[in-house]
Amino acid sequence: MKAKRKKATADKSLCVACGSCAKACPRKAIEIFKGIYAAVREERCVGCGICARICPASVITIIVREAENG
Amino acid sequence: MAEKKSWRDYMWIISASYITLGFFNILFGWLGLACFFIPLLISVFGGTKSYCNKYCGRGQLLQLLGDKLRLSPYRDIPAWMKSRKFRYGFLVFFMSMFVNMIFVTWLVFSGSRSLEQTVSLLWTFRLPWHWAYSGGVAPGVAQFAFGFYSIMITSTLLGIVTMLLYKPRSWCVYCPMGTMTQAICALKNKNK
Repeated sequence: MKAKRKKATADKSLCVACGSCAKACPRKAIEIFKGIYAAVREERCVGCGICARICPASVITIIVREAENG
Repeated sequence: MAEKKSWRDYMWIISASYITLGFFNILFGWLGLACFFIPLLISVFGGTKSYCNKYCGRGQLLQLLGDKLRLSPYRDIPAWMKSRKFRYGFLVFFMSMFVNMIFVTWLVFSGSRSLEQTVSLLWTFRLPWHWAYSGGVAPGVAQFAFGFYSIMITSTLLGIVTMLLYKPRSWCVYCPMGTMTQAICALKNKNK
């Protein structure tokens, strides 16, 4: 059965790499990749949306994905 | 669950102190150079934006004011403000103003211009600030302090205005140091 899961995703082209999201993430699921953009570690992300709210450039969106194994 | 705070989370105290101290003694303005050199050195030698990510006191201060004090409406910043054109345009403008300030400092150093004991807000409005200077250093040294403090006050003001309009750390979107260090990181890590 396929379950739906929420995940954060950042628009690399508009990310300013300030790190607000990484700091706010309660699961430490975001890191700033080489000072260029925010990279979400999907296996850790629970899609809570804290990062999307805090992101000053509003480049993080929460998407719904279908995942195997519920 | 609240995470245990680190000493890095208290850098906002330094930012707030800087603004306060410059009100009483303008020579503290010189300390603002740290906000200029530290992020640059970290990005040039480390290839990261650790300064923005972990240490920036201004970012923390704006987050605190906007979030904890609930002063920020958490509205989305307009698209043009996060465009490359605006971010790099603002960087160029900001650096031009910085060079202009250095030039004025040099004129005072060389004696062809007298010390102006004012703080320039938004590069336009000159506020009297004479109480914060009581001599003791070369006029050029004091002029640089007035100039640098003006830049810091102006950018703090812009940060507060965009915090009040959009999200707490909206300043980070167009912060010239942030734009510059991100560009340095991109260049440095291009071939890795």
